[in-house]
This record gives sequence, structure tokens and C-alpha cells, in this order.
Amino acid sequence: MMQRTFGRVIVALALLAAGCGGSQASQTSTGEDEVVWPPNYDQEPRNLTPTEVEPETVLFEKATIMTAAGETLLEGYMLIRDGEIAEVSSKSIEAPDDAEVIDAEGKYLTPGLIDTHSHIGVYSVPFVQAHSDGNEATSPTTPGVDAAHASWPQDPALQRAIAGGVTALQILPGSANLMGGRTVVLEMHPGISTQSMVFEEAPDGLKMACGENPKRVYGQRGQMPSTRMGNTKVLRDTFQRAKEMKREYDDYRQKLEKWRATDEPKESNKPEPPSRDLSMENLVRLLEGEMLLHVHCYRADDMVKFLEIADEFGVEIRSFHHATQAYKIRDILAQWDVSVSTWADWWGFKIEAHDAIPQNAGLVAKGGGRAVIHSDSSFGIQHLNQEAAKAYYAAKHAGLDISENEALRWITANPAWTLGISDITGTLEEGKRADVVLWSDHPFSVYAKARKVWVEGEREYDRERDSRPWSDFEVGQFPTEQREPSP
Amino acid sequence: MMRRTLPRLLACLVLFVGLGASATSSAQTVLRGATIHTGTGETLEQGAVVVGADGTIEDVGSSDLDIPPEAEIVDLDGGVVTPGLIDAHTKLGLVGIWAVSKTRDHNRGGGPIRAAFRTADAFNPQNAAIPITRTGGVTSAITTPGGGLVQGQSAWVNLADPDFGYGGVVDAPTAMHISYGPGGPGPIRSRGGRMETLRELYDDAEFYRNHEDDYDENRSRDLAASRLDLEALIETFGELPVVFEVHKANDIRSVLELADEYGLDPIVAGGAEAWMVADELAERDVPVIVNPMKNLPTQFQTLGARRDSAAILEEAGVPVVLSTFDTHNVRRLRQLAGNAIRAGLSREAALAAVTRRPAEVFGLDAHGTIASGQAANLVVWSDDPFEMSTRVERMYIQGERISLDNRQQALFERYRTLEGRGEPADERISEDDAESSDSK
Repeated sequence: MMQRTFGRVIVALALLAAGCGGSQASQTSTGEDEVVWPPNYDQEPRNLTPTEVEPETVLFEKATIMTAAGETLLEGYMLIRDGEIAEVSSKSIEAPDDAEVIDAEGKYLTPGLIDTHSHIGVYSVPFVQAHSDGNEATSPTTPGVDAAHASWPQDPALQRAIAGGVTALQILPGSANLMGGRTVVLEMHPGISTQSMVFEEAPDGLKMACGENPKRVYGQRGQMPSTRMGNTKVLRDTFQRAKEMKREYDDYRQKLEKWRATDEPKESNKPEPPSRDLSMENLVRLLEGEMLLHVHCYRADDMVKFLEIADEFGVEIRSFHHATQAYKIRDILAQWDVSVSTWADWWGFKIEAHDAIPQNAGLVAKGGGRAVIHSDSSFGIQHLNQEAAKAYYAAKHAGLDISENEALRWITANPAWTLGISDITGTLEEGKRADVVLWSDHPFSVYAKARKVWVEGEREYDRERDSRPWSDFEVGQFPTEQREPSP
Repeated sequence: MMRRTLPRLLACLVLFVGLGASATSSAQTVLRGATIHTGTGETLEQGAVVVGADGTIEDVGSSDLDIPPEAEIVDLDGGVVTPGLIDAHTKLGLVGIWAVSKTRDHNRGGGPIRAAFRTADAFNPQNAAIPITRTGGVTSAITTPGGGLVQGQSAWVNLADPDFGYGGVVDAPTAMHISYGPGGPGPIRSRGGRMETLRELYDDAEFYRNHEDDYDENRSRDLAASRLDLEALIETFGELPVVFEVHKANDIRSVLELADEYGLDPIVAGGAEAWMVADELAERDVPVIVNPMKNLPTQFQTLGARRDSAAILEEAGVPVVLSTFDTHNVRRLRQLAGNAIRAGLSREAALAAVTRRPAEVFGLDAHGTIASGQAANLVVWSDDPFEMSTRVERMYIQGERISLDNRQQALFERYRTLEGRGEPADERISEDDAESSDSK
């Protein structure tokens, strides 16, 4: 998978890595004079504002450690160091000299929560027209636009989200368009630019949508698509164009290879590359398996239809989002290995959402699939733990045999898989990134508060400390004594 | 807190007793062996409630209180009993599906003055959201108009009518609703223009009250609203409370001034910045309806929104009511209350804010607590009503045990296994099933 950016520097690791070459060089460099085709995103504008991460060394003692990897340790010990989880044990760990020791008796540790579906920054608060940056609703297919190019890192909702234990989130374009554009995965290091917050190991994502929204938005303008028929037609047409473009790319690659293989390659007969199409390139990359596809879809038959289209063009769907009827096709979704990003209890706002049931996540999990509780809301993202709890208890009360570990995975390990970062984060296991939440109570309790949150080992939220606003927007709005102590 | 004149109160009682008397229950029911939170701040361990055949509570006390000989006894063996929860600001029963315009009846449309518009006319007792809402322990709601400046009149609904099995209007009109938010067509676009419009309206309502005969004989100057609107507004001169949907601190001050000027009985709804003027609200005993989870500056009028506003208001002595301001997810009310506690509100105040307080504020004195003579709207919970792991085990509305089945549960049962998927439903849930499966 291609990486989106370079250059976010982990201070501690930077020293070790110093000998490994300039971080700005292209990973797949083939020489200055050659055109890499298709161009990789290393050739995009660089990240000019890398964030420096200062990981802490912390030893947690006697915590209930909910690993989301199967095990829950009662009175467990965990050491984080150099931005990683160094050790998790049911036996006591000797504190390194530089470690802060936190007595976490009666408290709970979980992995940092991960939200696969957020519009923070592209629909920032206050919700005014000037902040409406999530739908490039000027064409039903805009695969070339990118949420990273719109997301406002000063959205006041970001800080509220980390106060809810969220350490990573995917920002997506909206669902007005069948092909809405690229998504961006952020990690909760506040920064001056969106680029500086990018979760750089996360593969690129592409957002698409089916059903009511695209046909409504464009149908109202007397434009295609105005029906589900039109939705499918436009999708297939566009995928077909991408396929043809990919063929051009492949032809060029082959010619280039052949030219290189000649005895004495001459500049004069070097093949000409086709011209770049920045919009369609994302689809080509999707066809080549280099992007994760996230599809907004509610109805079971719409999801099946989308799977059929994807199959026709050899594309994999990583996750259906909202997917309120996933329970009806849980076997199919499990078979195709598509995760289900859904809510605990939203329904009723449109026909597509009429058949939502609170046991959706539970049934998907029991059907062998990957359930994810997502927010799609700057409010919901603040209490994903409660939302997962609701879905968990709804399933349990209906007689479904779901473990607490499984339900915790709906907001940790499963969203990590959905975003392609499950090797890095999403569970509390040795070697994983130190994305950690210390909770006051069991995270499935309505009364639980995230007390402290570490992102990559850096403490980015601490309820006990001064709650300076992250967002400049919130500076000086009210006298200090009137400010909320901690969101 | 008496917010009504006697005739109105009596009218309510007559309506209420009328419904209660038609209940089909033939005997008393005793719920015992649970922790009873009465909603008045009192907690009875191992308590008992005697529900009368007329749908009201006859007695409440410890488990060994006198049990009428004919009574059906329900041993709860633990669990928690509270008054049925009440959400004071919803669109329940007015909206089927938000994105389907023909299922929306909350908004009269037309000009900004809609005082005569009554949600009671549109309330759909068979709305699919109602049984779903019951699963959150909600037994009553106020269903409110939307859109416009003077939006119309709300209705108090119980989420079941024992005769009918669905919900029913218990009291209407419950309040007049005025939205003091920014924006809107013509003169109400600006705050000054809105206030000017309201003053002219209230001046004319007073004029109309004093010159009704002249008006009927066509000897009146032009008035700012229709006869029906003016008549509806007259009711708010000291009788019908006026719910002002208002957020900004200085806007709250503006509507309080207006209320003083015309002798209105104001209630603040929304109130994102009400905490900034908490002392003034407390001094005037003006209730505030808040959603404690709305902690983001989503608009410029809610820049001061904060999670602990309910706790601050309560501390200052303001009567606090919690509401979801929702339609389909009013069942989340208990989650809101839990979050208010999480942000510093006391447990007693949180329970009161979703039971006793809304009943007091809107003058439905026979609702909201567990006490002798009160409507027997009761919820039996497996444990702490606000905790995520807790479920509703039983519900009584006007003394009748109400099914907890709903469309979502039926869909779940239909897809519990995938066998026969896509084939026509081979059975509908019969009434008998509905009766027996509510504790499933």
C-alpha cells in the first residue's frame, strides 16, 4: 500500500532512523528522468508541517486491561515506551527509571477508540455554509477530490472526540455523490494542518455511496442519476472508464518494460506516457487493489447490488457504512469479508433507514462478520463506548451470545481492520502502538469517563489537567472562569 | 409549582379521569420487592406499589403494606421501579419518516405566525416510533410543533392508550411554542425584527381580547394575525405556558423581558447558554429544558454549549428538565440522563428531570411521581435506569401492562435465522404473542 505522506517524526525513533536515508526521497524511486506510472502519491505535495511526537514511558499498575485481543486482565500491568506497548502482563512489571507509574486500581484500560466514519473538519462546527466542505456535489462522480484537502484541523469537535477516547478517525466526503472522493485517516495529534495529523501508515481510502442520496441530489436537478437504475448505470460507466484507463497504463508499462529490455534503449524511441487524469487515477488505484473502498449503503439489496458491481470490475469493498440492513445479508458480507460500519440505534430519518434494528452489529458478529460501531456525528464520536454498549446489550438481551471483548472490538480492532491499520493499532498487545485510554469505570458504563488518552505514547488528553482549547475558534470566546472545565 | 388556572386543571383532570375510567383492568395490581424511586427524591428499598383498577396509584410503601385481597401480586424480586419517563420536547407521532414529506405533520408551513396550529390534530397514535420509544422506559411525551416564529401548540401524549393499545393525547394544548432562533424570512430574519413582530402580535392579542365584539362586528383596526391565532395567543396571558426555543444568553434575557411585559409564563427550551443566566432564571423560577449531550458550538447562538449545563442550572436552583428533542430516538432519554449525571447532575435531580419536573412544569400534576392518586405510569427496570446494561422489564401506562414489542423487535425475530430469507412473512405477531413476549 502506498503511503500518503512522509515526515511525521517520532523524536525518539528519528535518532535511530537517522542513518536510513532522507525521509523525503521517493520509496519507489526509479531515477529522476523516469516517469513512474501510475504516479504514486509520494509525488504529491509534501507534508510541510510534520508533527513531533514525544512518547511517554508509563507503567500502569493493577488496571483492568481490556485488550480487545481476546483477553481481559484483572489487576493487570502494562508498560508503554517509545510509542509502543512494551509489555502487558498479569504479573507486576518492574518500573523503568524514566517511567511514570500510574496506580490504576479500579480503572480500565482499552485500546484507543477508532471511528471509521466522521465528517469532523469537512462539516465543522459551527455548522455554517462556509464550513460545508464535505460534498463536492457538482457531479455524481468526483473520485479525484480528497477530504484531506478540506478538513479543518481547528474543528472544535476534534478535542471533544479525544475526550471520548478516540485516537484515530477516518474523515470521509459526504454521500451526495456516487463516488465522493478520497478519505483521510487522522490520528489525534493536534496540528496546524490536516496533513500533519495524517495516520501515515493507513492506506488510502475511497468513498462511494448508493441509494437515496445521489439519486435525490442529482435527480432534483433533472440530471442522471435520478433513480437507482441511474445510480448503477453511472457507477458502471465510470468503473468502465477507469478500467480502460488502467489498460492504457498497463500498455504503457509493458512498452516501457520492453523498451528497457532492448540492448541499447534510446531516448528517441522511448514510449510516451499517457497524460495524467488526477480524477480517474484514484479509480485505477482502486482497481489495482491499492485503495480501501468505503461504501455508504443502507438497504440489503443495495449492498448486494454494489457487491455485484464491485465483483464485475474486480474491486473489493472494505466496508459498508451505515448498513442498517446488514443483518439481513450477514452471511454474504462475512463471505466477501466486508466489514459493517453501523450505528447502535439510528433509524427513521429516511426510508432506507426504516428497517434498522439495535441488534444489527450483534447479528453481523454472530454471522462471522466484522461489526464496527461508527459515529457519523460530532456528538456520537464523543461516546462511541456508550454506543457500542447499547449495541452489545441489545444483542445480549435478545439472547445473542456476544462477549464483551467482541463488543469492544466494534470500536477498536474492527475499525482498525477496516482502515487497514490493524497491524499497528486497535488492540493492547505488545508491539502495537501505544494508543491507550484510561477509563474511570468500565467503558460500557454510561458514567465512564476517559481520564487520560495516549496517542502513539504521547498523552494528548488528560482530564485532570488544564483544559486549554485545541481550537483557536474557542480561544477567548468566554472569560476563563466560564469555560467548561473539561469537555 | 402551579402553572395553570383552575379551570384548565379541571379540564385536564376530567380528560384524564375519563381515559382512566375506561381502562379494561378489572383488579388491582401490586408490584413488590423492588427498589422504588418515587421521583420525589424518596427511595424505598423492598418497596411495593398498589395500582388501582382505575389506572391510578392507590398506595406506595414497603413490601409489607396492606395488600387488597383481590389484587394480582407481581413479585419483582429485585429490580428498580420508577415513574414512567417523560420527554418534554419531541416530535413523536408527528413525523413518520423525516425524508418523506407527506409523513411530516409537525410544521404548519405558511407565514411565521401559527399560534392556532395544534399538534394534537395530527398526532398519530400508530406511529412506529411509539412502541420503540417505550423500550427506553418512556411512557409520556410532549409533542411539539416546528417551524415558524410562533409555532403552535403542543400536546401531552401517553405512549399507550389502554383501550387502543397505541398512544393517546392526554392534554392539549400543553403549551404555546415560540422559536427565538436566528434566521427566517422577511422581518423575522433579525433579532430586532423578531421582537418587533412578537410585540405587535401580543399588542394585538390584548387589543382583540378587549374588543372581541367590535372585531366580530367588523369595527376593528387591522390586526397582525388571524382571529384563530389571536384567540390562541390570549390563552398565554397567564394561563398556557409559553415554551421559548432559545439558546443565546442575551436572547434568553430578551424573551424574559417580553414575558414580563405581557404577563407570560415562560419556559426555556434548548437553552445552550442558559447556564450563563442561571441566577436570573432561578430567581424567576423559569424552567429550562436541555439536552445535556449537546456540548458543541454547532451554531453561533450555541457557542456556550457545555456538557455540564444541567448540573450548573440545577445548582443555581433552576427547574431542570431533560429532553432528547428527538423524534425516532426518544428512547435515548435515559442515556441523556445518565450523561447528565456523568457531568455532575445528582441522581435525584436527573430522575426528577425526566419524570416529576416535566409534569410539574406543564401542569400535569397527576403525572411524574409514584404517589397515591398519581397516574400509574410505571417502569420496572432490571437495575439502574440510566445504565447501559439495564433493560426495561415491564411497563404500565394508566395501570395497564403495556407490551414492549415493536417493529424492530419483530424484524429481529424474523431475521434471527436466515432461513427462508426473502420469502413472504408466514406469520404476523398475533396479539397473544405480543402479550406474552414483552418480557422476552
